[in-house]
Amino acid sequence: MTVSPPLAPLTPSADRLTWRTALRRLVPANRKARVGLAIIGVYVLVAAVGPWIVQSLMGLSPTELTGDVLQSPSGAHPLGTTQDGSDVLAQLVVGTRTSLLVGALAAVVSTTLSVAVGLIGGYYGGTVDSVLGALTNAFLVLPGLPLVIVLAGYLRGRGGPFAVALVIGLTGWAWGARSKRVQTLSLRGRDFVVGARLLGESNLRIMLVEVLPNLLPVISATLMLSLVTSILAVSGLDFLGIGDLNSVSWGTMLYFAQQRQAMVAGAWWWFVPPGVAITVLGAAAGLVNFGIDELTNPRLRGAGGKAAKTRKPRKKGVR
Amino acid sequence: MTATTLPVGEAQPSQPSDTAGAVRRRRGGRARVLLRRVGFYLGTAAVAITLNFVIPRLMPGDPASVILNKLAQQSQVTPATEKSIRALFGVPDEGLWQQYLHYLAQLAHGDLGVSIAYFPQPVSEMIGSGLPWTLGLVSLTTVLAFLLGTGIGIVSGARPGSRFDSVTAPLATFLGSMPYFWVATMLLLLLSVTVPVFPSQNGYDLGLDPGFTPAFIGSVIEHGFLPAVTIIVSSVGGWLLGMRNMMITTVAEDYVTLAEAKGLSRRRVLLAYAARNAMLPQIAGLAISIGTVVGGSLLAEAVFAYPGVGYLFYQAVVNLDYPLMQALFLTISLSVLLANFIADSVYVLLDPRTREDA
Amino acid sequence: MTSLGNTHKNMPANPHENSPGQDVLLDVEGLSVDYGTEADPLPAVSEVSLRVRRGDILGIAGESGSGKTTLINALLRLLRPPAQVRSGRATLYPRSGTPLDLLHADAKELREARWEQTAVVFQSAMNALNPVSRLSAQFTDVLRTHRRMPKSEAREHAAHMLELVGIPAARLDSYPHELSGGMRQRATIALSLVCEPDLLVMDEPTTAVDVVMQRQILRQVIRLQRRLGFSVVFITHDLSLLLEIADRIAVMYGGRIVESGPVGALYRDPRHPYTRGLRDSFPPLRGPMRKLNGIPGSPPDLRRLPPGCPFEPRCPYASSECTTAVPELKDHGADRLVACVHADTLPVPTVGGRV
Repeated sequence: MTVSPPLAPLTPSADRLTWRTALRRLVPANRKARVGLAIIGVYVLVAAVGPWIVQSLMGLSPTELTGDVLQSPSGAHPLGTTQDGSDVLAQLVVGTRTSLLVGALAAVVSTTLSVAVGLIGGYYGGTVDSVLGALTNAFLVLPGLPLVIVLAGYLRGRGGPFAVALVIGLTGWAWGARSKRVQTLSLRGRDFVVGARLLGESNLRIMLVEVLPNLLPVISATLMLSLVTSILAVSGLDFLGIGDLNSVSWGTMLYFAQQRQAMVAGAWWWFVPPGVAITVLGAAAGLVNFGIDELTNPRLRGAGGKAAKTRKPRKKGVR
Repeated sequence: MTATTLPVGEAQPSQPSDTAGAVRRRRGGRARVLLRRVGFYLGTAAVAITLNFVIPRLMPGDPASVILNKLAQQSQVTPATEKSIRALFGVPDEGLWQQYLHYLAQLAHGDLGVSIAYFPQPVSEMIGSGLPWTLGLVSLTTVLAFLLGTGIGIVSGARPGSRFDSVTAPLATFLGSMPYFWVATMLLLLLSVTVPVFPSQNGYDLGLDPGFTPAFIGSVIEHGFLPAVTIIVSSVGGWLLGMRNMMITTVAEDYVTLAEAKGLSRRRVLLAYAARNAMLPQIAGLAISIGTVVGGSLLAEAVFAYPGVGYLFYQAVVNLDYPLMQALFLTISLSVLLANFIADSVYVLLDPRTREDA
Repeated sequence: MTSLGNTHKNMPANPHENSPGQDVLLDVEGLSVDYGTEADPLPAVSEVSLRVRRGDILGIAGESGSGKTTLINALLRLLRPPAQVRSGRATLYPRSGTPLDLLHADAKELREARWEQTAVVFQSAMNALNPVSRLSAQFTDVLRTHRRMPKSEAREHAAHMLELVGIPAARLDSYPHELSGGMRQRATIALSLVCEPDLLVMDEPTTAVDVVMQRQILRQVIRLQRRLGFSVVFITHDLSLLLEIADRIAVMYGGRIVESGPVGALYRDPRHPYTRGLRDSFPPLRGPMRKLNGIPGSPPDLRRLPPGCPFEPRCPYASSECTTAVPELKDHGADRLVACVHADTLPVPTVGGRV
């Protein structure tokens, strides 16, 4: 009856993913996403070894009060000093570590929550799903920042930057839960899940062994994005002075710069670097996001340079 | 960005025999959808009200006593004030359920306590004076950013890869990545400190009497300009990219190709066929992003000392003015829910398929 | 399709000098379409020449990936990058007005000719109608654009067209999702005919509906075609369906026309092995039962076309001759063209393949 045998699947991704194959597929095939990930990788590198380099090798301190007050960049202080005479480069690099650690904790907390809610709701369906879905939607439409500010207002720096991270993580899981629920829902009816259920495997085991690896690409993407949005949120709180002011982070740098009138003094080297650090990280997340959009929506692919290239040599009037 | 809030399910083709029946059924469907949405938002409002109840009671110590002590330092605390603070922030030896009922009764009376920092001013009065500023600022800038971003997104999504698109798309990614407070700080530095074109704080020239006079209105616009630009610059990128990507997806749809094959003008093909459909996820996204915009405007207001609820919120947190802080949290959350509901209702009106969505 | 004349292939189109005769509506010569970049082209359509006579129904048959949809998109100027026309010409000779060079007409000429002279029906009616606007809007905008009709008159005309395909006029105020699948497809057919085009292109218009609806729609198309006198290019992968409606058939494989001719003769005695395989893989809509045989193998990978006949790897009659050069589409008498070196020696089909 058929004219020809059905085409082989276009991509092997139609198969199920096991933990091993899933891990291998984490490097995205999209250039924008790769560039974004590379930038985030540079930040991680700076956070990991940067403090050691500036403090031990270059002998700069982020907190030491020196007599060199509000100096513009020089050989001794590559990014100048603050009004207290602290070195801006050292603050920036140490602040990178603080900001990334806080962001990472918040991201892990919110991603774990989102996986749990999405996976359980999508897998069990029915009433469980309706309740979790309504809760997710509620947290999605409730404004996150006011909630975070109220909680941080009670904490008042108690518990250090990680308490703030926890708060941000606990309030920012809804977006990720949605995408994981949808993904789980589409996996629930697949052969290997149904098969495992028929074999009498426990629900917990099916969720962890059969379904979870297939969520890994989605999880890694939301983890990355929630890392960056958490960093932005923490920076915002620190900037307002309602985070932990004793820690050195991009946000507290900007807070003190504004408090000490760095702008009026024209001390651009004090407040521009942390702002640029935040913006570039945000842009990297934007690239990753954009890349993921292109990966999941084939029509966006090649909408960039490729189309422009082929349009040029085309004949007059022929579309 | 392109995810939708609404469960826009597959439309069910109905086969009513006469048009009157179809119209009746259509209206019924629409009412049902709206009713479900109302239910959801009422539930979410309950979540917000309950969070507002739970948070102070989860905190270590007894916030109510702390607040009453602080008030007592300033002047005599009346029994009525003590009762309202207790109802809002907790009674140590009363059952939670009992407390919750007292709390709800308190809210029903519209009594949100008194401010610590501005004792004995009721916080509801303070919020009442700040709300119009924020409401005006956020709604105006959201509409402008939405129209601007969506408009540019239509043009750049209609010709992806064009020179226009290759400038606007990366620019939008970049703008969208800049945190609100950073944009606000930069604008303040450039246009208020370095080149003093715009005032750096307040909502109007404090030397003027508020009223509908040209001088006052001019002053309001002058003072609101930088906060408004902050919000627009920070949020326009998201709308632009969302619309651009949706346009690229939609332009490849058969109905757009057919519209082109019909020989309609390019303008009509792009607007009535492609953009009209591509806009639906944007409207759905509007509901979700209102929360983000409000959060961002809180930061912008704090930077510009703009007299809205955002600046009030900031001051409340800095001054440990817990009654004001909690009341603001509740007010802002409920306002955002209301805005969400409006955006959702617009969606239902714009997408005929949601009517069938049982 | 009677002549292949490649004499004018590289000359600019000048329809007046090269008029193919009164009864030809559409004349296509040597049309090639590539996908991809100049450096790495993918030939989706190669050297296709065909003619559509006035009032004729030309069926184009082939598997998916044979280039049939790309071919009509090129003719309708609906190709999107990275697809682009590499060479060839296509001229439309409308009943009224001057001949139109389809591939080089400027935007304005093209807009004016669309729907007045060429109209199209897509495979999936669900996707072909704008989901957020009522049928009336989708009918009247085209009438208002081309005919400058006032709104009420356009509505009246649209209602009339809907009734022609058996849809109550009240349905004008429905949204696409409120119609059944068959109704939607009939609505798109009505829509395609509102400006009484000379040429109606139908791209697998019945694939998405059930067999009963398919027959109903086909009957309706034929009835309308006799009544209004337009020509049809009908694309399908189902050769037996063309037997029902087409006057002539062109069979495409690997982006080329491999055989063409009047429908009866071509169906009775296919001279190309691929046509034969295609015919034997679908049951006829009516007539005696016959043994069905699929064609072994899969459609050609356009990236790695064999140097010879594109069908050679799957062909049961293939010989060494077939591997050297692409066989030319040659006159085979009785208004037929075949691109197969074995066209003359192909064994006469045992019509008794019946069961």
